[in-house]
Amino acid sequence: MNELDSAQSTQANMSISDQEMIRITEMHKWYGQFHVLKNINLDVKAGERIVICGPSGSGKSTLIRCMNRLEEHQKGEIWVDGVELTGDLKNIEQIRREVGMVFQHFNLFPHLTVLENCTLAPIWVRKMPKDEADKIAMGFLERVKIPEQAGKFPGQLSGGQQQRVAIARSLCMNPKIMLFDEPTSALDPEMIAEVLDVMVELALDGMTMLCVTHEMGFAKKVANRVIFMDGGEIIEQNEPDEFFNNPQSPRTQEFLSQILAH
Amino acid sequence: MSAAQKYVPGEHPDLKPPLGQTGLLFWLRTNFFSSTFNVVLTLVTLYFLYLILPPMFNWLFVDSAFVADSRVHCRELGTGACWGFIEKRFGQFTYGFYPLEERWRVNLTFLLFVIATLPVLWDNMPGRRSFLWFSLVFPFVAAWLLLGGFGLETVDTDQFGGFMLTMVIGVTGIVFSLPLGILLALGRQSNLHFIRWLCTGFIEFFRGVPLITLLFVASTMLNYFLPPGTSFDLLLRVLIMVTLFSAAYIAEVVRGGLQAIPKGQHEAADAMGLKYWASMRLVVLPQALKISIPGIVNTFIGLFKDSTLVVIIGLLDPLGIGRASLSDSKWQGLSTEVYVFIALFFFACCFSMSRYSIYLENKLNTGHRN
Repeated sequence: MNELDSAQSTQANMSISDQEMIRITEMHKWYGQFHVLKNINLDVKAGERIVICGPSGSGKSTLIRCMNRLEEHQKGEIWVDGVELTGDLKNIEQIRREVGMVFQHFNLFPHLTVLENCTLAPIWVRKMPKDEADKIAMGFLERVKIPEQAGKFPGQLSGGQQQRVAIARSLCMNPKIMLFDEPTSALDPEMIAEVLDVMVELALDGMTMLCVTHEMGFAKKVANRVIFMDGGEIIEQNEPDEFFNNPQSPRTQEFLSQILAH
Repeated sequence: MSAAQKYVPGEHPDLKPPLGQTGLLFWLRTNFFSSTFNVVLTLVTLYFLYLILPPMFNWLFVDSAFVADSRVHCRELGTGACWGFIEKRFGQFTYGFYPLEERWRVNLTFLLFVIATLPVLWDNMPGRRSFLWFSLVFPFVAAWLLLGGFGLETVDTDQFGGFMLTMVIGVTGIVFSLPLGILLALGRQSNLHFIRWLCTGFIEFFRGVPLITLLFVASTMLNYFLPPGTSFDLLLRVLIMVTLFSAAYIAEVVRGGLQAIPKGQHEAADAMGLKYWASMRLVVLPQALKISIPGIVNTFIGLFKDSTLVVIIGLLDPLGIGRASLSDSKWQGLSTEVYVFIALFFFACCFSMSRYSIYLENKLNTGHRN
């Protein structure tokens, strides 16, 4: 298992502090009558890299979308970086400034250039001067290895490049937490690697990450915890080694056998 | 080309397309002579053009009289159009009954209008920023120049007429109905029920009533509703009605554009902490308005042409002037010339708007794939 060897060596660089970034207690969510999230309890410390997996419709996307209030929860508490998520717009805006999100379909703004996509929020939310925002954005575009595309429009880039821009765009807000909602699911196989590489680097830099993905190689390499969800519940969570080699619940075993079968 | 050349797999170079697949002849062949049916269509069309164009050209230019004193004089000069009539009445067609010695104010307003419009329509204009300030001030300057006061002789709005009146109604309607329409469209999508109901009610009311009815309300019924003694200008009332009417249409066009924006765009804007108005202004509206351009311009063109309806409540737009001048015994029976002339004016304005919208669409096309 070459992957796991390298995983152990990289994990040494990533430290988890005691500082609590996210605390979710007894959280429930309904879509109308449909109970999508059931009694979710989750603590995330600064520096943690958490991978959330599970069959489709299990509520994993909904869960991370609750963490920046793209979805509303109806019961229980969600605290992000010491602020409780309620209907209070001030709290929501404060949390969204600190939480970056990367979507399955990139959701870049097609009418703005790559650079403008990256500087929009720093300029309008953080009130940063344009020159400074440009400089920071170019720095992050270099980190995701596409500074030469800064003047292009998203429609002119490949899927993998677009997703890397989306990651850079989030990073420009200097977030404390990054949420990834199936970042590689809409990509052609040859482009998945370039996006995962960027995410691995981000993890090595100590970013707190929650990632909904089916990329088990990524989970083994950088995650310190893997969460398995099914039917709106967290069924099992464990360190990646334990999780993959010694799954406890039958549903986890079945899921793993299905996705690892080929 | 000789027999197919062989290349090592993976090293096939880019070749030119075969001869006869590009160029003018190819274009003619594919577009006009590609099949028997197409050939027949082309020939029939050419024949009809041959039948129509030469007589039309003769009537308009060759046999026409550009300077004449009366209809009789015209007929002595030629059998074609009697443009002399239009030439004699040109001032009235343009300025209505605006006092002769004050007409320079209308001309100046028009000139300033062009200067004010340029920076709005042309975003690469040198020194655009300072000109934009002028565009903001222009409506007030225009009102002052046209109406007078503050040192200028006052001109009542019932002396407005002709193309100038059309421009006043058209430009005011366009300028005010676009922002109002956008606000209504956003309001109709609002989560706040009261605002949504208010906007929906407004839109449905103004869209559900013929413009003529609104103009009649403006010209007669409003007097019943207003407290006795107050009177406000008929033209102003017409402007308000025309603006509200077209705002309702703009709102629906923009709503269509808003609905075409994927939910992910709103979510991405929300997720990065943009507030409602910032996300609308910076992310959603630029895309929604771009999609809505054809519909918006369509509404504007409709508004511009509908301004002729004011003739019914007694304002003398070009049609009104034309009808009035036709009753002159010296020039009777020249309605064709009058209506062709008015049609040309409207066509020139509407066609320019249409071309500008196409230019704008092409310019804003960034290869969207979202």
